[in-house]
Amino acid sequence: MNMPIQPNSFRTGPDEAGMFGVFGGRFVAETLMPLILELETQWNQAKTDPAFQAELKNLSTYYAGRPSKLYFAEGLTRHLGGAKIYLKREDLNHTGSHKINNCLGQILLAKRMGKTRIIAETGAGQHGVASATVSARFGFPCVVYMGATDVERQKPNVFRMKLLGAQVNPVSSGHGTLKDAMNEALRDWVTNVHDTYYLIGTAAGPHPYPEMVREFQSVIGTEAREQILEQEGRLPDAIIASVGGGSNAIGLFHPFLDDRDVRIIGIEAGGRGLGGVEHCASMSAGKPGVLHGNRTYLLQNEDGQIVDGHSISAGLDYPGVGPEHSWLRDSGRVEYVPIMDDEALAAFQLTTRVEGIIPALESAHAIAQAVKLAPTMGKEEIIVINLSGRGDKDVHTVASMMGMEF
Amino acid sequence: MTTTRIDRCFAKLKDEGRPALVTYFMGGDPDYETSLKIMKAMPAAGTDVIELGMPFSDPMADGPAIQAAGLRALKGGQTLARTIQMVRDFRAHDDDTPIVMMGYYNPIYIYGVERFLAEARDAGLDGLIVVDLPPEMDAELCVPALKAGINFIRLATPTTDAKRLPKVLENTSGFVYYVSMTGITGSALANTGDVSEAVARIKSHTDLPVCVGFGVKTAEQARAIGASADGVVVGTAIVNAVASVLGPDGQMTADPAEAVATLVSGLAQGVRRARLEAVD
Ligand SMILES: Cc1ncc(COP(=O)(O)O)c(C=O)c1O
Repeated sequence: MNMPIQPNSFRTGPDEAGMFGVFGGRFVAETLMPLILELETQWNQAKTDPAFQAELKNLSTYYAGRPSKLYFAEGLTRHLGGAKIYLKREDLNHTGSHKINNCLGQILLAKRMGKTRIIAETGAGQHGVASATVSARFGFPCVVYMGATDVERQKPNVFRMKLLGAQVNPVSSGHGTLKDAMNEALRDWVTNVHDTYYLIGTAAGPHPYPEMVREFQSVIGTEAREQILEQEGRLPDAIIASVGGGSNAIGLFHPFLDDRDVRIIGIEAGGRGLGGVEHCASMSAGKPGVLHGNRTYLLQNEDGQIVDGHSISAGLDYPGVGPEHSWLRDSGRVEYVPIMDDEALAAFQLTTRVEGIIPALESAHAIAQAVKLAPTMGKEEIIVINLSGRGDKDVHTVASMMGMEF
Repeated sequence: MTTTRIDRCFAKLKDEGRPALVTYFMGGDPDYETSLKIMKAMPAAGTDVIELGMPFSDPMADGPAIQAAGLRALKGGQTLARTIQMVRDFRAHDDDTPIVMMGYYNPIYIYGVERFLAEARDAGLDGLIVVDLPPEMDAELCVPALKAGINFIRLATPTTDAKRLPKVLENTSGFVYYVSMTGITGSALANTGDVSEAVARIKSHTDLPVCVGFGVKTAEQARAIGASADGVVVGTAIVNAVASVLGPDGQMTADPAEAVATLVSGLAQGVRRARLEAVD
């Protein structure tokens, strides 16, 4: 086996061309290129502008409710009988998930750039809700593209978006999931490039989005690192997060990447198993290719056509992943493993019963990995799990999986 | 780089004093044989340059018509290997008409850039248009294509400003493809006055022919655009002509090649009138 090259730091990417090793880049139509370059310029100014950072900090604190708590999950810890489990409570943020962190940052950028219209894609609807929320707060019209399948399985969020004044456009091409929503959002963007800001919801897309979204989400890991040092006096032994496009995961992981003793595990949607096509484990079962503006691991056939995957969780139902994860996978720093639909469902029910917390199905994938791992670890060891969102949006899906109706 | 069929074609049309008619169709739509027949019917009907669409599952710059055509082609078993084979089969009968393949990068990347370029060149391909490869990504395919003797035709758009234009033109060869509007294929045609201004602006930076596409559907539009452009590209209208003779289950209700030929003849008359009427 090839020994991966170990850089001095895992936290320096991307390079100037937006590459993380061979991954990332700017694979977009010429129409979008000038805008993407302009976005990069504005972003580079904003990230070192104290006024921008102060406004973001203020909104994060008083509007979103940060910092989110790092909660010692005593019920889960006792039930699993091994490592101590901590949950990073992104579910307690305003709008109910980590997505608000990124939306607040990007809406300030949109304002700074003088854009007057917001578009977004959404899978589980959490990013759509967060986009609709910040658009309402800052007075922008907002159009959300959402796969028709997802519109069906995440009804509560569709209604929330409409209440917030957003227009929800169902997309019926493909399987009607996140990939198709992203295609349609890109088509809107090329058409309305003069006034429209595309608020991408995950750490994917053309440069500078993967870096920018990571920076807005890194508040998760930065806080968690400080909190665990304060609460336990040491770093955790393992940290775990679910990976759809990879924003909550990179947000937790990035501040820990150079803590070499911390084991980092990203969870992909294993769906109904990796044998067929009914999963979304692009890094476990896909290969590198180019889609949605970046090179990354993708589910595709031998002709380079993208394959529609499957996951019980709409937020993980995407055949690609952010490019930084692809690079972290190949460099060996982060392990990526699949969790099946039924394992996630069991973890969802367990957490609800022993913690009194209904987790998002996405987050339940991360918890399911801890269910496997914790019992193999010592009682003094520590696992931090990113509880990326709350599960209220998923109750219909879970009910039908349990053969119930309400 | 040596001259290609594209270079020779535009030189000849310049002498004739008329713009080129560039027609796009989707390779493999609705099946390989029918699609090859459509391709073969084009030059006789008046096409000067053929654009052969490579189907892709996620065509982010295309409207509903070309999306649907791509899906029909994929369902009919089209692959990149078969699209290359289509060039080979066509060349057995026609060694003059330039062929440009148009599509997205991933299928080529997965096929292998060097292998693709070698096979496509040997099959008789002249040029490539790859929507999701801007100049920033030239090392991927553009530079290797130029080395292989294949023209890399770049898209310039209304958002390509004066500062950026030289970068877009830098490694472009064959012709420049001006996208008439910010939008996806199949949208309504932009203001022709704006288009001819943009064409003039590009021509002041390059000696390459400038063709205009996106939104041109009728002979009259082809004439109007052809008054200032060196070529007029028609895509969605052709793909729609194919779709118009397909029943709800995809069965053919008439001959798609004939439907396309009828449309192309009309468009060809349009481009032939372009300069005549432009002078009065
Ligand atoms: C609660 C929650 N967690 C995770 C995800 C997955 O996205 P990402 O991988 O970008 O964090 C989503 C996406 O909708 C989500 O809503």
